[in-house]
Amino acid sequence: MSWGRKSVISVPYLWLTLFFLVPFVIVFKISFSEMDYAIPPYTDLFTWADEQLTLTLNLGNYAYLFTDDLYIRAYLSSIRIAAIATIICLFVAYPIAYVIARAPSATRNALLMLVILPSWTSFLIRIYAWVGILKNNGLINNFLMWLGIIDQPIAMLNTEFAVYVGIVYAYLPFMVLPLYTNLMKLDNSLLEAASDLGAPPWKVFLTVTLPLSKAGMIAGSMLVFIPSVGEFIIPDMLGGAETLMIGKVLWQEFFNNRDWPVASAVAIVMLLLLLLPITLFHRYQARELEN
Amino acid sequence: MGKKVSSLGKTYLTLGFIFLYLPILILIIFSFNESKLVTVWGGFSTKWYGELLNDKQMLGAAWMSFKIAFLAASSAVVLGTMASIVMVRMGKFKGKAAFASMITAPLVMPEVITGLSLLLLFVAMAQTIGWPAGRGMLTILIAHVTFCTAFVAVVVSSRLREMDVSLEEAARDLGAPPWKVFFLVTLPIIAPALVSGWLLAFTLSLDDLVIASFVSGPGSTTLPMVVYSSVRLGLSPKINALATIIVLLATTGVLTAWWLARRVETQSVNLPTGDS
Amino acid sequence: MTQDSQPMLEIRQVSKNFGGLTAVKEVNLSINKGEIFALLGGSGCGKTTLLRMLAGFEIPSAGAIFIDGEDISQIPPHKRPVNMMFQSYALFPHMSVAQNVAFGLKQEKNKLSKPEIAKKVLELLTLVRMQDFAQRKPDQLSGGQRQRVALARSLAKKPKVLLLDEPMGALDKKLRSQMQLEVVDIIESVGVTCVMVTHDQEEAMTMANRISVMHDGEIMQVGTPSEIYEFPNSRHTAEFIGSVNIFDATVTQLEADYTRLSCADLHVPIQVEAGVNAPLGSSLGIAVRPEKITMSQVKPELTDNWLTGMVEDIAYLGGHSVYYVKLASGKRVMTIGTNNDRHEQKVTWEDTVYLYWSITSAVVLYR
Repeated sequence: MSWGRKSVISVPYLWLTLFFLVPFVIVFKISFSEMDYAIPPYTDLFTWADEQLTLTLNLGNYAYLFTDDLYIRAYLSSIRIAAIATIICLFVAYPIAYVIARAPSATRNALLMLVILPSWTSFLIRIYAWVGILKNNGLINNFLMWLGIIDQPIAMLNTEFAVYVGIVYAYLPFMVLPLYTNLMKLDNSLLEAASDLGAPPWKVFLTVTLPLSKAGMIAGSMLVFIPSVGEFIIPDMLGGAETLMIGKVLWQEFFNNRDWPVASAVAIVMLLLLLLPITLFHRYQARELEN
Repeated sequence: MGKKVSSLGKTYLTLGFIFLYLPILILIIFSFNESKLVTVWGGFSTKWYGELLNDKQMLGAAWMSFKIAFLAASSAVVLGTMASIVMVRMGKFKGKAAFASMITAPLVMPEVITGLSLLLLFVAMAQTIGWPAGRGMLTILIAHVTFCTAFVAVVVSSRLREMDVSLEEAARDLGAPPWKVFFLVTLPIIAPALVSGWLLAFTLSLDDLVIASFVSGPGSTTLPMVVYSSVRLGLSPKINALATIIVLLATTGVLTAWWLARRVETQSVNLPTGDS
Repeated sequence: MTQDSQPMLEIRQVSKNFGGLTAVKEVNLSINKGEIFALLGGSGCGKTTLLRMLAGFEIPSAGAIFIDGEDISQIPPHKRPVNMMFQSYALFPHMSVAQNVAFGLKQEKNKLSKPEIAKKVLELLTLVRMQDFAQRKPDQLSGGQRQRVALARSLAKKPKVLLLDEPMGALDKKLRSQMQLEVVDIIESVGVTCVMVTHDQEEAMTMANRISVMHDGEIMQVGTPSEIYEFPNSRHTAEFIGSVNIFDATVTQLEADYTRLSCADLHVPIQVEAGVNAPLGSSLGIAVRPEKITMSQVKPELTDNWLTGMVEDIAYLGGHSVYYVKLASGKRVMTIGTNNDRHEQKVTWEDTVYLYWSITSAVVLYR
């Protein structure tokens, strides 16, 4: 290998290894240590005493995760909320991607731009916007009471419903984009062939379009599902105390309880749970890279 | 795909855009509200903009965020472009699969995990090699460069794959060494992707709350952190005013970039294609 | 074909506009049952648009299309008794060969039972000699195999009219000539009426019974391959099909059984058989195919139809050579010499030669 080639490979390689891969090893290590009132606030795994190196692995953090049912409930409800939100997102996004992909090429780019544009403004502020809309004396309740449909405000903020709205709203473009890319690649002559062979439009969609957009649906779903499982801002701002999500638990464990080892164990278990979806997403990305 | 959009499709799309834009529009409208209540109209006023401009903490954080975003985006473009070249043009090498996962994983990794892991790394490094001595702008910058690199790599490598390899081969055939081929042929062709990659990285960095909260230290408060602590205390029209400014800046920035890119595109690929 | 039996496919005054552009202009065609009919023309001539109107992917801006006496112009593609073999074959990548062929059968109103469909699929695959590949996916097939599957799929529903869009477009040259005959055999064994679109004159002449030459959305000429080649009716057709020398000439003598014309490229007049349908003094094109011209190094004893020039270029093509002869006027005339002697090359570069042709060889082009 030439010197130039080596150096081009090694710079990003080393950077990502040091700042992306190694940190996980450290999280893994610290998840086996104990909380300590020191700086940093955890004990060392390795101790040097009597000329002997001792490795103390403390499985207590993991045991703790499985004894206190708060954690298990948080994991389960995170996965449930993320999964439901992903499915809603898929149903909302598919027709959008489909209509844009079928639009005349002149307007197609502009429509796509309009879908992406909100993502370029602050995520935090877009979620904040929904607080004002959903709260008890917020816009929706005020509007419905003004119409006389209800006389008591409906509690929407600080419910799971608000979290679904938040996730769908914030992650919609991430679902639309891979679907759109996939639908654009769909050869129009395949649709014409199906129609030529006697399939009415709805059947063309079910037998050709839908199966051939599977890759886009998987990619989009993973782009929404994986970050949603660990989402912090949305459950924190819209979900209230009732909504249990693991990203929020980790945050509180770290910032409020200052228990770094337990936070690390929470992170490691979350990572293990997400390993399968991440692999799925990676496989799709790799296939995209090949073609 | 075809060229026919039914009226049903148009209606659906319109509803979709209302869902996407109405919250932002409401945010903007209430930034001009006289009343402190963000959901009840109390008359037109621009006083919240004035208050925003006098908020020293907010301005300081904004400047900090801007500096970090600028540096992070610029470094991520360099690293991300290198990473794309490694992925698309370097063929097979030992450890390529691992490299590919390190590029795609950050795209979906929950921010709390990335934030926590980087913090623990910085703490461990400070303990063993004494660097980085404290946490602050530098550690936020490193964290942002890392996840932005992945996004830039995705944008740039898709452009790189579309590019005709024979252009590079022609340059090599005419005697240009690899580095010259890159700077004289490849770089000008993929330049639009670098610009969009930079803009994406800049926005992502400017927008990040979770990772920055983990790896920041005293004296390095970014704009999202100030906004977050402010909205935790309740809704404030000042945040609406800030949102309006951000929306305005982002929209102008993105639309300008988009317009420029389209102009370049229509100039170069305006060739007739296809049969009768 | 009796005169009173109605055509299988009739196209009446069909036009198609895209925005301000006219892709197809007032086309009239009538195609008989069992015929293989080719729409031949260069890119952008409107042939593909016309084919897509037959399939139903485009709706005519004016005019009507009748199949078996029924107006189908407004019927959507999935309800037409017409099936198409696409240029790219458009095989569904997520279905096996058998599933692709069965697709059309599964869409029928009175659907066959599963075993009946399976039986029919096997019959069709046997017809195209693909029965051993039923479970393969399209991406595991070669180009020729894909084409056979596409053909079987488009024949599955027994369409009244089979449409072929550039049937050999995706194949390499050698496979092309083999598949041309094979596809014709299959189509003729099924007996289906067939309309094909192609830009390749050789393909059209090999496969079709009749050809219609299209240009700028209009039909220039319809006829059998030999009619089109030997009696082109326009400069465009003459030039598009094969090679041709065209002389610009003026009518000088009009008789009932012959016509004389003067041409600046010749020292003697051009004579064609029969009287032309144009007044004295009018300008016409005279087309002479290269293989109809004889070349000699001796001045011919003729009063008409000969010219002289210098050999400028020779293209040796094995069986024959093409000679490019430059006239004093600057015009180049093409002729063909058969290489029937292995050693002797009678005529070479810079030689002065005489070219002549018989009175029956030239064709008058009015437009």
